[in-house]
Amino acid sequence: MKKVRRLDGTAMTAHADTSSARQPEPKPSRRVRGRLGRGFSVRSLIHVCLLALGFVFSIPLLWVITTSFKGQGGIFTYPIEWIPDPIVWSNYPRLLNVLTFSGWPGIVFFFRNTFFISILATVGTLVSSILVAYSFARLQWPERNFLFSLSLATMMLPSVVILIPTFLLFRDLKWLNTFMPMIVPFWFAVQGFYIFLLRQFFLGLPAELEEAARIDGANSLRILWGIVVPLSRPAIVTVSIFSFLQHYNEFLSPLLYLNAVEKFPMALGMRMFQGTYTNDWPLMMAATATFILPTICLFLMAQRHFIQGIQLTGLAGR
Amino acid sequence: MSPAAPGTGPAYQSEAMTGREIKSGRSAVARRQAWEGRIFALPFILGFLAFWLYPMSYSVYLVFQDWDLLSPPSFVGLDNIFELFRDESIGISLGNTSYYTFIGVPLQLILALALALLLNVKVRGLAIYRTLFYLPAMTPIVASAIVWLQILHPEFGILNSFLRNFGIEPVNWLFDPRAAKPAFILMTLWGVGPQMVIFLAGLQGVPQSLYEAAEIDGASRFQRFLFITIPMISSITFFNLVVGVIASFQVFTTAFIMTRGGPQNATLFLVLYLYRNGFQYFKMGYASAIAWMLFVIIVAFTVIQFRLASRWVYEEGAPA
Repeated sequence: MKKVRRLDGTAMTAHADTSSARQPEPKPSRRVRGRLGRGFSVRSLIHVCLLALGFVFSIPLLWVITTSFKGQGGIFTYPIEWIPDPIVWSNYPRLLNVLTFSGWPGIVFFFRNTFFISILATVGTLVSSILVAYSFARLQWPERNFLFSLSLATMMLPSVVILIPTFLLFRDLKWLNTFMPMIVPFWFAVQGFYIFLLRQFFLGLPAELEEAARIDGANSLRILWGIVVPLSRPAIVTVSIFSFLQHYNEFLSPLLYLNAVEKFPMALGMRMFQGTYTNDWPLMMAATATFILPTICLFLMAQRHFIQGIQLTGLAGR
Repeated sequence: MSPAAPGTGPAYQSEAMTGREIKSGRSAVARRQAWEGRIFALPFILGFLAFWLYPMSYSVYLVFQDWDLLSPPSFVGLDNIFELFRDESIGISLGNTSYYTFIGVPLQLILALALALLLNVKVRGLAIYRTLFYLPAMTPIVASAIVWLQILHPEFGILNSFLRNFGIEPVNWLFDPRAAKPAFILMTLWGVGPQMVIFLAGLQGVPQSLYEAAEIDGASRFQRFLFITIPMISSITFFNLVVGVIASFQVFTTAFIMTRGGPQNATLFLVLYLYRNGFQYFKMGYASAIAWMLFVIIVAFTVIQFRLASRWVYEEGAPA
């Protein structure tokens, strides 16, 4: 078994290099390089463009950061002070004081709720989508293709169509003002996109290993858990990140289903800072920066998986 | 018809068996696999029934009802559908959504492609630039709505103070009906990172040999772009276009947070109007009718795009 696994490990890396959407190393040719080398002016022009655009794209986030370190008066200066003078640190501690529930800072509640929902929903998405995707990719059964095409169809369906009836369903289930609507459906592989992504990845794995294990009498669950899942780490990481972010960002569901402020996730809780302290921009921006920080960290840590995942979805559209 | 015996390997041995034995041996394995397959797919089957099919059918039922959640629903026939054509706000929100989509999405694609082209020229620091262009898309939508609310502030927003450098009078971005939708589109342009990354992958998939051949034939840089790059990435463009249109038609959160549909209904988009009807006026039937109208529009545009695709999307013979 170990031998096989190792063998396959090497097979996998080879596969990952060819099929994953990572940018193929530029095979090209000195000729092309030479050509670009000659076009020195074009190249430096491109650099100038990129620098300018890169700056423009960064302005909003830079502005969030500087504003969050300004005093109330500092935001009204013109031209904009990019480095606040003086640097005001108190906006962040203030976040803890402005909104409290039973002695606890509101923002702590908001983050706890966000992480609770996002993690449980992501785990559910992973477990259910992996099972379903494996069934669609590798197991032979009569209704399989029909059901797979149904799951593809849900990808195309605008979820807005079922907004009202879904709300009524959760109301009938007495799930209003609980986290259930934001978690439970995701344990039922409701997002065709993730099924599709994982299925495509499973299809790319070498089937020989699984067949060998099957001949040795392993059932599908053991094969999935013991062979397929360990080989599919890149796809699973991609799905986890996408799913986590999606739930971290989710605004409409909590808006519809929650009404107790202490149950709000951060996406909704942000509006409490906005609502109560409309003109307190530094405080708002401190809250915003705190809210954005985890997503940016996640992106910087797992950038490769992101880019791969995005490219995979785009290329799958071909 | 032997029962599925776990642990034995009938499929394996079947190679040396007679036709009938093969059939029965395989069918035992096949039957076991069929059951495993169905059980594994059970989450999707149940989820589809409970969270897609049931709500969809319920939604069809609601279209023909008048229901405010307090009194029991009453059958009103096609009234909700007729109301769609009478309701002025539908026309307004349809117009706003179309403006936002049909001006916004092409601009997004152009910007995304332009950025991808710049990054495709093996510049130094590609990873850094890619991160810079991608980060905005990582910003939670609520956060970016709040940030842009202040960027677009008529007096103290940085956009206006930037424009002042060029002698442009301050624009009342979110308070001027003419400027509000462009402001929203500008905001979406900030988030083109994912589209850019998809384009970049497409660009990198174009075989260099094509460019080299064209260069030998004397094609200029622009000609190579027009006659090689554009056709070769057309399937990527198509993907971005279809996905972009579908997403754009469902714009909600930014308008909900930033303008609540104002000024003078200039940012009253369809989903926002649906939300109002459903959850502020509690017209469940009418809101469902709006939802189905939106659905029909999105499907229609998607179908049209697929139809038109054969005219401009180049499909490579090789499986992708």
